[in-house]
Amino acid sequence: MQRIGVFVCHCGSNIAATVDVKKVVEIVRNEPGVVHAEDYQYMCSEAGQALIAKAIAEKNLSGIVVCSCSPRMHEATFRKAAERAGLNPYMVEIANIREHCSWIHKNVEEATEKAVILARAAIAKVNLNAPLKAGESRVTKRALVIGGGIAGIQTALDIADAGYEVDIVEKTPSIGGRMSQLDKTFPTLDCSACILTPKMVEAAAHEKITIYTYSEVEKVSGFVGDFTVDIRKKARSVDMDKCTGCGVCQEKCPSKKTPSEFNRGLGNRSAIYTPFAQAIPNVPVIDRDACIKFKTGKCGICSKVCQAGAIDYEQKDEIVTEKYGAIVVATGFDTIKLDKYDEYAYNQSKDVITSLELERVMNAAGPTKGHLERLSDGKHPKNIVFIQCVGSRCSDDRGKPYCSKICCMYTAKHAMLIRDKYPDVNVTVFYIDVRTPGKNFDEFYRRAVEDYGVNYIKGQVGKVAPQPDGSLLVQGVDLLDNKQILMEADMVVLATVIEPDPSVRKIATMLTASIDTNNFLTESHAKLRPVESPTAGVFLSGVCQGPKDIPETVAQAGAAAVKAIGLLAKDKLLTNPCTAKPDELLCNGCSACANVCPYGAITYETKLINDHGIREERRVAQVNNALCQGCGACTVTCPSGAMDLQGFSNRQIIAEVDAICR
Amino acid sequence: MSHDKTKKQAELIREISGVNPYKCMKCGKCSASCPSFNEMDIKPHQFVSYVLNDDLEALVNSKSLWKCLSCFACIERCPRDVKPGKLVDAARQLVVRERGGDFLSADEIPEKLDPELPQQLLVSAFRRYRR
Ligand SMILES: Cc1cc2nc3c(=O)[nH]c(=O)nc-3n(C[C@H](O)[C@H](O)[C@H](O)COP(=O)(O)OP(=O)(O)OC[C@H]3O[C@@H](n4cnc5c(N)ncnc54)[C@H](O)[C@@H]3O)c2cc1C
Ligand code: SF4
Ligand code: SF4
Ligand code: SF4
Ligand code: SF4
Repeated sequence: MQRIGVFVCHCGSNIAATVDVKKVVEIVRNEPGVVHAEDYQYMCSEAGQALIAKAIAEKNLSGIVVCSCSPRMHEATFRKAAERAGLNPYMVEIANIREHCSWIHKNVEEATEKAVILARAAIAKVNLNAPLKAGESRVTKRALVIGGGIAGIQTALDIADAGYEVDIVEKTPSIGGRMSQLDKTFPTLDCSACILTPKMVEAAAHEKITIYTYSEVEKVSGFVGDFTVDIRKKARSVDMDKCTGCGVCQEKCPSKKTPSEFNRGLGNRSAIYTPFAQAIPNVPVIDRDACIKFKTGKCGICSKVCQAGAIDYEQKDEIVTEKYGAIVVATGFDTIKLDKYDEYAYNQSKDVITSLELERVMNAAGPTKGHLERLSDGKHPKNIVFIQCVGSRCSDDRGKPYCSKICCMYTAKHAMLIRDKYPDVNVTVFYIDVRTPGKNFDEFYRRAVEDYGVNYIKGQVGKVAPQPDGSLLVQGVDLLDNKQILMEADMVVLATVIEPDPSVRKIATMLTASIDTNNFLTESHAKLRPVESPTAGVFLSGVCQGPKDIPETVAQAGAAAVKAIGLLAKDKLLTNPCTAKPDELLCNGCSACANVCPYGAITYETKLINDHGIREERRVAQVNNALCQGCGACTVTCPSGAMDLQGFSNRQIIAEVDAICR
Repeated sequence: MSHDKTKKQAELIREISGVNPYKCMKCGKCSASCPSFNEMDIKPHQFVSYVLNDDLEALVNSKSLWKCLSCFACIERCPRDVKPGKLVDAARQLVVRERGGDFLSADEIPEKLDPELPQQLLVSAFRRYRR
């Protein structure tokens, strides 16, 4: 028989205002196995923990139940307190009488009754608990960063500077991400390339950093501290070791009609290409869908002109398998497609562009060499209209419900830069709200209005109508004047909502990391663990977790690095002892459990079994405790009831249910 | 109108239209889209406020009720699924219900019917035009 102590927490008034804690103590005192029961204002406080330790020592307790907040909050706290007092930490159970009871009920009598029931269930379970011992697993001192934008680069640099090996996997031919596409950056208006390129170079030159570009993560197995990852290095068709980056192949390649991804389809690139001049690595790839040699067998010009003999049409995809202790996701974002927004005529007129396209237009290395011109006819525009919140803050099925957070600021940036360089151009911005919280941010926006004369109109645009003469008629509203406005424009720029890179769904599935309804990766705790995924060993960096500008991205990237470093610095990790355990006498070797195990923890072994005197060879399940995560999928699948989860055995669960239904 | 009556009417309008006016974020896209904007005394984005404030008398007596073309531009484009055109439509229905009696009869319909007309326009036309 166990000797159980029950500790009921008031949580200030969080619990005590709705649950009669004294009454709970009096009732549970008479439960089977209970030899001690008391209540206290804050069980998690030092004084509260001391009460528990004292009772364990004085009453010689073999198990305890803490009636308090969610185990997610303080199970670890109470387990540690029990362990310090000499009790096995797995002899501690939490009855959640806050989130599951006091916070959701109003009636004291009913809430008290429910608290008693929850306590009874936990007591019934502890009566069947057995001490468990956590195992140990090793930590591979190497980190993987998925995505080579500013977030991934910064995280990798910080981890590498702490002395650990880092690999960056980037799916495009170069690292740099969106920031490499930007012209100048708010709030200081420094040139994006000037601040990004040195970081790219630093990452490439760092002895602890390995960069896999044109590569994707293909398979992830293992667990925190010991992940095994397959990386697919797509065939570049160019030998990275031989190529000198002279660029002559790109010049001579006759296939030059592929829309440039880097320039957002404004302007073309050759079949063999580096996305931009400062690309890292400065080694081109052959786009096999566009290459004449791959399509028809003829051509081969690049191979002929390449002095270094680097072109290799036979190159194949390569799979690199590597082990990692920590994985950081930094897959960033894209803007949504505007097919559903016909009213803005984006698909009808070349002069209606997204803000990201405008970044390319304003950039000296972009399709117009940095001259502001209409893409339809190359003419200098006189009137430009910006429309904010395109697809942001929508609860319909066309857009996204969130605020993209960056577009108010970049629109002010665009408006100001245009007015600065071309004072003859009239700039109008239609806005719903101007959202510019942040250091020097509102001042920045006010400068656009006060010093640069940008015309901000509170209201939206209903329609952009391309006119026969090539101009655009913009129909909007000025809500402050309560007037509809008809305005001619030469260019319209859409501040388009951003969304997580669509590939993040696949990545999240491979990592068993969770994503929200908008495909942003979910953090472990919105306030207290903002850069950790709920999946142990997986960390979040940059816009893949939520909309952010560059300063915020860099700050978060550093935070994610610190968390990864904290993990890599450990030599060993304690493993969860609540793993599955087969009863070999009951197992009939049907393989049902192995088929459902998401972690591949179950194998089968043929061994001699002594079944009540009958000795025979049987195929029985074996669980690898290092791989098992204790999800319990196998225990509910096993048709023979042979599989049980330690710490959550079928008997224990049934005892809890019985206690609740009593 | 008495306070109770307006409250009831506002509720009825919400019910008929299925619109939740609290979702409106005052972006003005409806008013920016409306082809009848200049004819209206109460503008599309304001319909929402009138219903929210239970200010029904003004809405029901407004010119806007009969100037709305039921083109559904605002319904199509409202980013918050508020669809103010539906409010106008519901207000019109309210007026028609109260007035009663002077609808077109079913027999008169076939001769007036243009097969090209969208169904929805037909329905709202019945509410707008009478003998
Ligand atoms: C028009 C515009 C203007 C902006 N202007 C400014 C500004 O002036 N100032 C400012 O502070 N911020 C600005 N921003 C915001 C800035 O672009 C972002 O804050 C920043 O780029 C976020 O970096 P990131 O690394 O999280 O994402 P990204 O830059 O998107 O990088 C993600 C990287 O991951 C790669 N990737 C994606 N999926 C995978 C995968 N499955 N496997 C491998 N690799 C993958 C991508 O190819 C990319 O290289 C602007 C944004 C836009 C759209
Ligand atoms: S072989 Fe392909 S990549 Fe090389 S030059 Fe010809 S078309 Fe271009
Ligand atoms: S940042 Fe500004 S423009 Fe962008 S969605 Fe938010 S409010 Fe709209
Ligand atoms: S378009 Fe919709 S959200 Fe915007 S003001 Fe009109 S009703 Fe409100
Ligand atoms: S449905 Fe009525 S209110 Fe809405 S845009 Fe058309 S005319 Fe204007």
